[in-house]
Amino acid sequence: MKRLPKFFLSAALVATMATSFSAVQAATPPDTLVHAWQIDDIISLDPAEIFEFSSSEIAGNTYERLINYDIKDVSKIYGEVAESWTVSDDGKTYTFKIRQNKKFASGNPLTAEDVVFSLQRAVILDKSPAFILGQFGFDKNNVKDKIKQTGPYEFTMETDKAYAPTFVLYCLTSTVASIVDKKLTMQNEKDGDLGYNWLKTHYAGSGPFSIRDWKANEVVVLERNPNYEKKAPLARVIYRHIKETATQRLLLEKGDVDIARNLNPEEIAAVSKNPDIKVDSAPKGTVWYLGLNQKNPNLAKPEVRKALKYLVDYAAIADTIMKYKGEVHQAFLPKGYLGAINDNPYKLDVAKAKDLLAQAGLKDGFSVTMDTTSRPETTGIAQAIQSTFAQAGVKLELIPGDNKQTLTKYRARQHDIYIGEWGSDYQDPNSNADTFAANDDNSDNAKAKPLAWRNAWDPGPLTAKTRAAVMERDAEKRAQMYEELQKAVLDDGPFVIFLQKIEVAAERKNVDGFVMGPSFDTNSVAQAKKN
Amino acid sequence: MASSIANGGGGHDALRFYLTKTAQFVFVLATTLLGLVAVTFFIGRIVPIDPVLAIVGDRAPPAVYARVRQELGLDLPLIQQFWIYLRKAVTGDFGNSVLTTNPVMTDIANTFPATFELATLGTLIGTLIGIPLGVLAAVKRGSLIDQFVRFIGLAGYSIPIFWLGLMSLLLFYAKLGWVPGPGRIDVTYSYLYTPVTNIVLLDTAMQGQWDAFWDAVSHIILPACLLGYFSLAYISRMTRSFMLNELAQEYVIAARVKGLSEMRVIWRHALRNAAVPLVTVIALSYANLLEGSVLTETVFAWPGLGQYITNSLQNADMNAVLGGTLVIGTVFVLLNLVSDLLYRLLDPRTR
Repeated sequence: MKRLPKFFLSAALVATMATSFSAVQAATPPDTLVHAWQIDDIISLDPAEIFEFSSSEIAGNTYERLINYDIKDVSKIYGEVAESWTVSDDGKTYTFKIRQNKKFASGNPLTAEDVVFSLQRAVILDKSPAFILGQFGFDKNNVKDKIKQTGPYEFTMETDKAYAPTFVLYCLTSTVASIVDKKLTMQNEKDGDLGYNWLKTHYAGSGPFSIRDWKANEVVVLERNPNYEKKAPLARVIYRHIKETATQRLLLEKGDVDIARNLNPEEIAAVSKNPDIKVDSAPKGTVWYLGLNQKNPNLAKPEVRKALKYLVDYAAIADTIMKYKGEVHQAFLPKGYLGAINDNPYKLDVAKAKDLLAQAGLKDGFSVTMDTTSRPETTGIAQAIQSTFAQAGVKLELIPGDNKQTLTKYRARQHDIYIGEWGSDYQDPNSNADTFAANDDNSDNAKAKPLAWRNAWDPGPLTAKTRAAVMERDAEKRAQMYEELQKAVLDDGPFVIFLQKIEVAAERKNVDGFVMGPSFDTNSVAQAKKN
Repeated sequence: MASSIANGGGGHDALRFYLTKTAQFVFVLATTLLGLVAVTFFIGRIVPIDPVLAIVGDRAPPAVYARVRQELGLDLPLIQQFWIYLRKAVTGDFGNSVLTTNPVMTDIANTFPATFELATLGTLIGTLIGIPLGVLAAVKRGSLIDQFVRFIGLAGYSIPIFWLGLMSLLLFYAKLGWVPGPGRIDVTYSYLYTPVTNIVLLDTAMQGQWDAFWDAVSHIILPACLLGYFSLAYISRMTRSFMLNELAQEYVIAARVKGLSEMRVIWRHALRNAAVPLVTVIALSYANLLEGSVLTETVFAWPGLGQYITNSLQNADMNAVLGGTLVIGTVFVLLNLVSDLLYRLLDPRTR
């Protein structure tokens, strides 16, 4: 019994030490920016493989690309590693001059050798995003002849056809075209893997920050790259994996993180009342849509497709469930893309929809299912659509499922209606046109399976038009072709596109210069600082 | 004891006992794990989720998709796939996780200690507080204390841990500032020590990084108390009912008649006997926590096994799910063994 007080004393001591300690740790260090973000989508840090949201953003801040675009005006393309370029008269050979005096974080100089190596490597490794470069006719066997170094700071790239130069250049702004430090990567090569197994978890770039550490599902730590010309004001950027959005909000309001990246609309509304917090947002190259499977005889009727487009309350979804997270957009090209049209012709019009359904011989409506991933946002939108469909007698049954499960079914064309998001693969209009407006082979064993295929839709002449648009070398004419394609899909396509995604971040007031661009790899912390 | 004398050789008998016990254990472990692997494997292959999607994503061109599918061996017959997996698993190769790209066992070596740390502290708290509370409730049956313990038990059972976790964060972290926010350790400290066991409290203490140690302590207190509360709710209820059972036994009356102090009767005699079934209760509750409390881990951004397996399952990352299932299976079998051994220690009749 005598021991008891001593035990309590030490317990009390432990408690006070712990609490006094936490009091010291109130705010993040002034030279460190801490994000709370769901980063469990990262599967690789190798730019030749990166195709996920979070890793794209990390690559954008740590690697440089040959070409980049102005995030305020996407039509302005500029050289990042490239100083200048010319296109041959036949439109097939691109000659690039590389900026001199650039250095990697490792200290190795950046030359044309690294650029050629990086592009060839991405094609040879042939990971998911490699097709972005493969579109120009490159494959494992020919890429070494097609992309060639012609001087210490000069190289040429020869495409198989005379594509629209904007198309080629926009593709070169993708993460997959990031410049990798050849010397460092090859020092870590094993069994001819071009350093892939090493680079998956390491870093060999020249961007404003270098990647110091990645612990899967835990944290990514970036550190200032001292060799970068325009030195980053911050010494460190930390991305903490915080799955739960309510936890993100707590950490932000307490000042233990500087930016919360995944808050839901109610949480954003709540934190925006906090005088220490500001909310920033940017439209992203992602659209929300319904895919209507044309194997379903009802959905295959043109009047029904059109009727359903009149049965979505676009404005209500954008103003409530998706407030801060989406704005009404109905064309397949997101705002900010070459040729994107932003007039949204459809609005909720039950009378018109009923008319159209009657014309299709379905004046009492019909029953149909929709595969819906069980994320709160998707479920919320799906329920809203369910209620507006019902106003015209369309009984929509929601089939909830896990994301991958629903996607598996969708990819096998076994759905009636699918609700989901589509983000462009690269900043060129062809990315979305190719999937929404083209389908070379609508048979079950087709080789290519674009969204048009997944919904069993044969777009007829639109496919040829999509292929022609990518070859059009006059940018203005090209834009016009995409406008026509969008109008055609808007009018008759099996897609009810209703929103363009907005990315929203809640930041502490003292954070300055975290810039969000139209794609994830243009979310930049390069010049961010804390006041 | 009596039996060993009758057999005429205590040493032999004990040896034989331990040998049989060991053989039994190995057998149980092997069959349990094999069964677990088989069930998990086939369920994993039957679920309508395409595992290739987790690797290449939704956008991969068909050629890449087909190549990866082949690399994974998914085009082979199921039985053959299972055989390949088993052969590799026996040599300790459980494959790589798709989501983290690490070998599965490396991931588990990272996530399990986090769960272990939390579960152990939680069980300690639950046991150290739950047993005395349960005993008290049984002794003062029907009193205010009994009602209080019942209320605590009921609340612990019925309040969703997710909600309670968020509320406790709101109170102790956001409002009062007594504890730091979610996470295992502050980022500033996370590079001060080298992870050896991946049990942060142990690593930091062994390397003399006391600042980091205390930071880790302050991080673990809240989630450990929360888990502790839930095991406390269970343990105190069970202790109460075991004790009520024991207190009604004749030997308790006999002890009282002998004039033993009430303290001695309760703590030495009754509790000693109630301890035998209690061991199973505690072991089970510990095993439950070791499985990883997904919700607690999510709220507290705790990179533990529960989150890992759930995340893997949702992405059809079957290597990770299989590896995790095996670890949990082993934990259950081991805890069973430990409670068996404790039985022998606590209950002379089983010797």
